[in-house]
Amino acid sequence: MSGWRHPTLGQIDRDRHLRFTFDGEGHTGYAGDTLASALLASGTRVLGRSFKYHRPRGLWGLGGEEPNALFDVGHGGISTPNCRATLTPLRDGMDLRAVNTRKAARDPLGLLDLAQRFLPAGFYYKTFMAGGWMRWEPMIRRMAGLGRLDPSNRPSGDMPQRNARCDLLVIGAGPAGLAAARAAAGHGATVWLLDEAGAPGGTLRWRGGEIEGGPWQDFVADTVQKVEAAGGRVLTDTTLWGAFDHGLFAAWQRGARDFHWRIRAAKVVLAAGAIERPLWFANNDLPGVMSAEAALHHLVLYGAVAGRRIVLATGNDGSYPVAAALAEAGCHVTLLDAREDTPAAPEGVEVRRGVAIDAARGTRSLGAVRAGGQHIDADTALVSGGYTPSVHLHCQTGGKLDWDVDRDALIPRPGTSPLIPAGAANGTFGLNAALAEGHAAGGGMGSAPNAAGATWALAPMRPDPKGRGRVWIDPQNDVTLKDVKLAAQEGYRSVEHLKRYTTLGMATDQGRSSNFAGLAAMAALTGRTIPETGTTTYRPPFTPIPLTALGGMRRGALFNPLKRLALEPQHAALGATFGEYGGWRRPAKYSDTQAEAKGARETFGLYDASPLGKIEVIGPGAAELLDFCGYVAMSTLKPGRARYGFMLGENGVVADDGVTLRLDDNRFILSASSSHVDHVRLILEEARQDRFDPSRVFVHDVTAQWVTLSVSGPQARTALETAGMPDDVTALRHMQVVETRWTQVPLRAARVSFTGDACWELSVPARHAPGLMTVLEGAREALGGHWIGLEALMILRAEKGYILIGKDTDGITMPQDLGWGRPRERRQDEYFGRRALFTPEAMREDRRQLVGLDCDGAPLPTGAHLVPLDGPARSLGFVTSSYHSPTLNRSVALALVDAGLDRMGDTLGVFHLGQHRTARICAPCAFDPEGTRLAD
Amino acid sequence: MTRYSALALAREGLRGHRGWRPAWRKPDPKPAYDAVIIGGGGHGLATAYYLAKNHGVRRVAVLEKGWIGGGNTGRNTTVIRSNYFYPESVALYDLALRLYEGLSKELNYNVMLSQRGMLIAAHTPMQMEICARIANAMMLNGVDGSLMGPQEARARLPLLNDAPDARYQCLGGVWQGRAGIARHDAVAWGYARAASALGVDIVEGTTVTGISTTGARITGVETDRGPIACDRLGIAAAGATPGLVAPLGIRLPIHDYALQAFVSEPVKPMLDTVLLYLGTGTYVSQSDKGELVFGGGLDRVPTHGQRGNLPVQETIVSGLLEMFPAFGQLKLLRQWAGVVDVVPDSSPILGPAGPEGLFLNCGWGTGGFKAIPAGGWLLAHMLATGAHHEVSRPFDLTRFAEGRLIDEAAGSGIAH
Amino acid sequence: MQIFPCPFCGPRDETEFHFAAEAGKHRPEPAPEVTDTAWSDYLYGADAPKGRAREVWVHLTCGEFLLLTRDTVTREVLDAAALPGRGEAAT
Ligand SMILES: Cc1cc2nc3c(=O)[nH]c(=O)nc-3n(C[C@H](O)[C@H](O)[C@H](O)COP(=O)(O)OP(=O)(O)OC[C@H]3O[C@@H](n4cnc5c(N)ncnc54)[C@H](O)[C@@H]3O)c2cc1C
Ligand SMILES: [Zn+2]
Repeated sequence: MSGWRHPTLGQIDRDRHLRFTFDGEGHTGYAGDTLASALLASGTRVLGRSFKYHRPRGLWGLGGEEPNALFDVGHGGISTPNCRATLTPLRDGMDLRAVNTRKAARDPLGLLDLAQRFLPAGFYYKTFMAGGWMRWEPMIRRMAGLGRLDPSNRPSGDMPQRNARCDLLVIGAGPAGLAAARAAAGHGATVWLLDEAGAPGGTLRWRGGEIEGGPWQDFVADTVQKVEAAGGRVLTDTTLWGAFDHGLFAAWQRGARDFHWRIRAAKVVLAAGAIERPLWFANNDLPGVMSAEAALHHLVLYGAVAGRRIVLATGNDGSYPVAAALAEAGCHVTLLDAREDTPAAPEGVEVRRGVAIDAARGTRSLGAVRAGGQHIDADTALVSGGYTPSVHLHCQTGGKLDWDVDRDALIPRPGTSPLIPAGAANGTFGLNAALAEGHAAGGGMGSAPNAAGATWALAPMRPDPKGRGRVWIDPQNDVTLKDVKLAAQEGYRSVEHLKRYTTLGMATDQGRSSNFAGLAAMAALTGRTIPETGTTTYRPPFTPIPLTALGGMRRGALFNPLKRLALEPQHAALGATFGEYGGWRRPAKYSDTQAEAKGARETFGLYDASPLGKIEVIGPGAAELLDFCGYVAMSTLKPGRARYGFMLGENGVVADDGVTLRLDDNRFILSASSSHVDHVRLILEEARQDRFDPSRVFVHDVTAQWVTLSVSGPQARTALETAGMPDDVTALRHMQVVETRWTQVPLRAARVSFTGDACWELSVPARHAPGLMTVLEGAREALGGHWIGLEALMILRAEKGYILIGKDTDGITMPQDLGWGRPRERRQDEYFGRRALFTPEAMREDRRQLVGLDCDGAPLPTGAHLVPLDGPARSLGFVTSSYHSPTLNRSVALALVDAGLDRMGDTLGVFHLGQHRTARICAPCAFDPEGTRLAD
Repeated sequence: MTRYSALALAREGLRGHRGWRPAWRKPDPKPAYDAVIIGGGGHGLATAYYLAKNHGVRRVAVLEKGWIGGGNTGRNTTVIRSNYFYPESVALYDLALRLYEGLSKELNYNVMLSQRGMLIAAHTPMQMEICARIANAMMLNGVDGSLMGPQEARARLPLLNDAPDARYQCLGGVWQGRAGIARHDAVAWGYARAASALGVDIVEGTTVTGISTTGARITGVETDRGPIACDRLGIAAAGATPGLVAPLGIRLPIHDYALQAFVSEPVKPMLDTVLLYLGTGTYVSQSDKGELVFGGGLDRVPTHGQRGNLPVQETIVSGLLEMFPAFGQLKLLRQWAGVVDVVPDSSPILGPAGPEGLFLNCGWGTGGFKAIPAGGWLLAHMLATGAHHEVSRPFDLTRFAEGRLIDEAAGSGIAH
Repeated sequence: MQIFPCPFCGPRDETEFHFAAEAGKHRPEPAPEVTDTAWSDYLYGADAPKGRAREVWVHLTCGEFLLLTRDTVTREVLDAAALPGRGEAAT
């Protein structure tokens, strides 16, 4: 117990007490606390356990870099795993659980630490092989992982994703970012100023300062006002997490409702600040060892004081105000500066020069440190190993880094990224210098806002690979200096091998406070410089972001949305159940599929064929275009007639089939199958634009504009007469088409059939569809017809051996495999896919061909394979469609079979999930092979 | 080579791990080798290992421009399976899976093969029919495949979306119990270590800049560290292969695309199998560390840049959440992309090309991690014998001119 | 998200476009005179250049094909033009 709450400091609401539990124990915090500040002030030290050795872990940082304080947070009956304490606001009634342990304070797995010498980096590559990894894996899996997923917590998919544009995007609202935003807004630019924290100000919020002779708060307020006045926005609690191609940035905004932003800006300033580095001494992972910057942050913003007896170890001037503030708050502060040449000691602070911590002491938390040969009792060790500029987004845009000796950091190389770095993100640490750099980055003229303030000197601090004891580099993943040494010794020397072998930097803090030390240690061990050693690649996300931000609202019905029929409500009223077919939601059946299929053969059936593609090809060049794009020539088709054909890919494979209607000399309608419309249109467009004179032919997809209802069956004509269809419609013969009017409504009627019965496709503009449906429904009622769903339609077409592309064909089926070899043999002109029909493979006689199957008993399972009756079992093909036919009272099936045409009449085995049957190969058409029913 | 074992770990633990030697030697390139392999990915390293092990060819160098495993071998989502449709594919991928099954022992390096099973899930009756088609093909080809029904699928994947307004209701799908995941880096490192121990030179940081020939025969390679002579050259350089062979007048049917992968923050075990959902195109597994590892379709813009783009991220993540709404609690921890070498039929190119002595192993596209042992085995066979192995023959480059494509996407509707 | 400029519609999201082919391919014809190799090279052969590439794309929403010059590594778009002879359609 060592953290405490200062009686007056902090911006918390001391009138609002919030109660919460941590690992089952009750605590109280205040409105305005984060989980981190509340626990720090409560004196709770051990907040978690490390990933591998289950060592006790305490609070380290102040934001997204926090590696240790991660909780499963229960609230409102559900819990959310891995919440970072520094970024999660406290709410009343929260139930916090340390991750990866039963109880952070007492964890029996902490015994693992005793075995640490046998568990060095990558130990699992060297063992767990006996009996196979799967023997060990369940145990390892149970021990790994951080928090627990709550199965009942199903966040709704409703985070809005919004797009924004601005003149200037400023990432980070610290002094540099504020100065940039202010300068640009001053010129009337729209500025978006974003910050991950809950309020603008950056380090000013805890370091304070005077700007332009006034308190920093005035500067912030004035800047916000200027930005907003110029039409810009200031977004706090907003993490800019990714930079993408062509100047796109993605940000996650937290609030009563979260938003995901996609932002494009004419200009971007990177003022994301810097992150404090730790120091590397033995047992530097003990709870109570904390970032000095974070201690000041928690003190000033929340009145949460890190400890009472504090040792602050540093090598830079930035730690002096921290020491001063803590001393003033009533702490006993000893400042150890590695340098001899230091600023003056702040009031009440003892400064020891040329001294660094050698080791921390304590069992479950810090009790003392050893420094310069001396023992110093302390409950808290604040450390500052310098600062690492947050260059992630610079690098995400492809920017390179340079090593800067004076700033002791890798900083953005000018000209390698479109982002303009400013302030600490650029290694410019002093307040005045940061303001100046921000001002310039924002395009400011004249003098920059100025601040009184000390200069900022620092001495480089590095981990010493020869140092003794266990020195942590990555506290979450338990990577120590020894692990880096081992990696170097075993040859895992490239930074990527180092990272992967030791897992350094792969924890949920993204290695923000560990990567530098790992790099520096490897450099020292291999006798290279830091730039020679290189860095790992920076990629989005900058901070872990919720998956719901990326998922947005694309969920449920909005995920891959289905196309809907104009008449869907009417079908629903008729009792239809719907299914998904080729991207459309269509009636699967109305009552009983078998009855529908039978009824349609006996009287007539009605079905909604609207999804059938309707692509108009218009103009004097239309016939020529269709001849080229299609496998079956259409130029010889007479106006008023229809013809069945195929469209191939250039690889000769059947891409689609359908009927083409010729309305007049220069006008065709191509009916593509419903899921291939876009593809067919593109084939036509490409040929039109690339090969033909595009001014002579026009391609127009009107699928959505027309509704098509089909009337099929022996009584179809009677039904149309009853429904009041004009004579030129009822008089149509098979494969004829007419454009006419029904009452005043434009109507196109075509005698084409997917059922094998006389069938009329009636198409009207979508707004007239309900009227058409009403008269057809009237006729159905009067005559005893049937609405048929897709399932019944499938039976009808399969009885006839009519195929469905993609079901009865696959990605190697060519037209000759479907019994359509004639155009291939006869046509002399060029057409799409022609050459591919003559490769050695395409010429083979034993290709997989479409056949029918005849069998006794229940229908064959679709997906069953044909196999030889005897000899080794091997696939000769497979069943593509199979149904019970109520009309024939037996099953019908289609299949693709190797050399199927040669096997007519043969009996083959049928294999399905280990079961065997037999079937006889027959012609695909099982019903009315002479086509007499069409002739009517 | 120090043998790895629990005992060795214990021994070294007691003496501060001072005894571990580099996993693979770091030699400078020699002026000449019997065989040179370009590319220190899984396929190149496995090739070197099997050349030395199966064929006794030990004067071998693997030339890697960066660090080994730094290509897609170290960037993939590690799904291993042999649930393919065509017999040629099954022969190839099941050879790989069988080799994987003994790999940790063979290499004395734990590649953490976790055969936790994989479901390819369907949500429409038509997709279920395709799944039956695949399951039957697998069974006929002697591979462990079965058709799983909806109850069993839900029992294995209790977090699957079962809300009434779910876009997809899982109907089951194709199950392969031997499928699973492995540790990608370990595969590269394990092969490198074992090959190095057999005398193979693994030369990192060396870029091949040209291929030397007499016109009819391979004579060596040019590198940024000088020329190296050899009369047998294997290229296992994935997306870099077309550029390497272009000067020889060889044009390959390869387009390059970025493929992305995603990792969530780790949580305790809650997903025990690998799932690929046909409806969303998203696939996912949970790593031993507890992270969700997931991915989906390609970024549809041809590219050589190893960066993923936002629209595909949104598609893949929304797919994941539609499958498992509870995953909405999780955060995205890492994301990256690899450039994959995509061939029109999504099957690899294995075989000779151009001058005598040159053999290719490329075109694995989105799915070559699972094939690494077989790819190495077969390329080694070709380099050693100068002729195809019966398993590699169907994958020869000539299949494109002959129209003999092995198009799994066409046969099974599943591209990767 | 990349932005491609359609010569007919202006700048649009990458998701609205579809890659058609590498530019400069000529369909070998007539079929009987084309060798298997020439055909497969036309159909499948690719240069997949690293860096500057000229490609045919289609803007799906307007249906127009266009010539895009891009850098396949940096992803910079260098030029977008209508197919030859189609420029007059641009407004
Ligand atoms: C995001 C993603 C997810 C994937 N998921 C899976 C999966 O789940 N399952 C699966 O089976 N597959 C998956 N894959 C595919 C798989 O990763 C690859 O097919 C496989 O790794 C290819 O291995 P390789 O050895 O051929 O190529 P690589 O590993 O890419 O190795 C090629 C090597 O060649 C080197 N090289 C290139 N040019 C030269 C030169 N001129 N000189 C010297 N060296 C050179 C490169 O640096 C590289 O190291 C995925 C791929 C990606 C990108
Ligand atoms: Zn357009």
